[in-house]
Amino acid sequence: MEFVQNFPFFSILLSLFSGTVTSMLNGKWAKRVNGFVISAVMVMSAAVLFFVLKTGESYTFMMGHFPAPWGNEIRVGVLEAFMALFFCVIMLLSLIGGRAHLKEEIAESKQNLYYILVNLLLSSLLALIYTNDLFTAYVFVEINTISACGLIMIRQNGHTFEAATRYMIMSLLGSGLLLLGICILYDCTGHLLMSHIKESVVTLWSAGGYHIPLVVAIGFICVGLAIKSALFPFHSWLPNAYGYSTVSSAAILSSLVSKGYIFLLFKICYRVIGWEVILDSKIINILFVFGLCGMIIGSLSAIQENDIRRMIAFSSVAQIGYIYMGVGLGTTEGMVASVYHVLSHAATKSLLFVAAVGLTDASGRSKKFSDLTGAGYRNKLAGVAFTVGSLSMVGMPAFSGFISKLLFATSCVQNTPYKMLPTLICLGISTILNAIYFMKTVIRIYTPVKGSNDSILVKKSVGYAGALVCFMVINVVLGMFSTPIVNMIQIGLEMFS
Amino acid sequence: MFGPNLLANYGEAVSMILFAIGFTNLLLQKNLIKKIIGLNIMDTATYLFLALKGYIRGRVAPIVVNGVQDVEAYINPIPGGLVLTGIVVSVSVSALMLSLTIRLYRRYHTLDLDEISTLLKKEEK
Repeated sequence: MEFVQNFPFFSILLSLFSGTVTSMLNGKWAKRVNGFVISAVMVMSAAVLFFVLKTGESYTFMMGHFPAPWGNEIRVGVLEAFMALFFCVIMLLSLIGGRAHLKEEIAESKQNLYYILVNLLLSSLLALIYTNDLFTAYVFVEINTISACGLIMIRQNGHTFEAATRYMIMSLLGSGLLLLGICILYDCTGHLLMSHIKESVVTLWSAGGYHIPLVVAIGFICVGLAIKSALFPFHSWLPNAYGYSTVSSAAILSSLVSKGYIFLLFKICYRVIGWEVILDSKIINILFVFGLCGMIIGSLSAIQENDIRRMIAFSSVAQIGYIYMGVGLGTTEGMVASVYHVLSHAATKSLLFVAAVGLTDASGRSKKFSDLTGAGYRNKLAGVAFTVGSLSMVGMPAFSGFISKLLFATSCVQNTPYKMLPTLICLGISTILNAIYFMKTVIRIYTPVKGSNDSILVKKSVGYAGALVCFMVINVVLGMFSTPIVNMIQIGLEMFS
Repeated sequence: MFGPNLLANYGEAVSMILFAIGFTNLLLQKNLIKKIIGLNIMDTATYLFLALKGYIRGRVAPIVVNGVQDVEAYINPIPGGLVLTGIVVSVSVSALMLSLTIRLYRRYHTLDLDEISTLLKKEEK
């Protein structure tokens, strides 16, 4: 066994333990340790990615050298390693971009607590990505929820407490359903390791036994994860949670936390239940319908919103609808498009949140649209970044959003006779709605104010500027050089099954 | 389809009903404390389900005492382990919910989440 193969395990443990260390440090050192840990995990994930790409096959890692039925397992393939790498990059950039606000909005004595939560979140995300055991996945889902709740409420005001409570309630409903689904699957199959469950489920399904319990279990798991990742009818907690928390938290929550659950759903579809059984159970049709509704209704709510942060939050609802719609198409092409959209949305949404905070800072901390007029002139870089993010969300060529919309459109034309028309129509309507609210904002921030007052001075920070530039570069790279990434996703999905 | 299976598995049926009661309470109750009670009923129902599935009539807990090492003598220990992990998780989320409730109550002197939202909207104006 090569030494590189230990890295996924190391990165989970490193982020978990650094949380303990951070609790004893003050804010400044906590920040440094946190930055170091995320960078280290990033480097290790990159090494693992290269290793897996080179060997061309996935591997399983036994925890504590106990073989399968007794020990716990980690499984690493191309997609897992790539996701880990990507999540680390986005997390690091979000933290750097929101650092100035973190200092202001969080009490001095609580700064190190924030970094503990981030470390905990990172370790739970990595565990969700890598684990090969369904119950471990459940435990880390809960850890993810708890740390995400902490990230929301660490900026202490009434709004964040209310948002955190609503978030917790919806999340707990979701995890209750997930747990029950896992229990039923365990009872039907007698296994907890993903690959073993899949074998049993496929045999049971083809033999025609336990159809009802299996469908119920699949339904519980899908609905549970859909609630947790804020699919359309379950999104009520989302706008306040993203709108009032500190900017790094909003960026991390929208681009990583919900994506972690979606990635777990992909994994469960392919590795626990098996794609054929999922298709046969028709559950994905329900996800498809709710995904389509989410695309339209999320955008409509965003148009009515008068608060820039909440508008971006509602746009997340629409984008998550896209992802579920791609899953619901029921083809491999649709799945590839969904995975690509996970990447594209993560990169764009965090860019938008970080850029929006620069604009609101330049407008006297007001998030109302009327005050944002001309903000693009007052903070030029944030204005450009917001425009790039908006263009990407709308789906302009050369940006990442275009590629994902293209992939969705091409995938729904192939092999999906009944779903093609509704998908194309909703895609069209949703794109127009996206354009309405994003272009409205862009025009607003570039409308010059008469008797322009440059009195509001924006403190320039190198970290903030650097983070924005990096986000824009990631967006353009995802948009211009999509072929190798799409190929990688295809290889990764093949490795899944 | 329902008759004999339902009677044989009445414990599981009860746990599902309890789960539904807990789920509806957590979703629909206005009072935060009642919501947390609902959460606990929901989680406990899942543990009841797991424990029932792990239990085999006439066998004992898998602790070797009288030198009996036959697999047939013991029940399946894994559901017990899962229940234990689940209890730890549910304790920590209950604690988190309760602490949030205390924070909200100190600030707004009410336990009704909708009322808190209205108060927040007034605060903003």
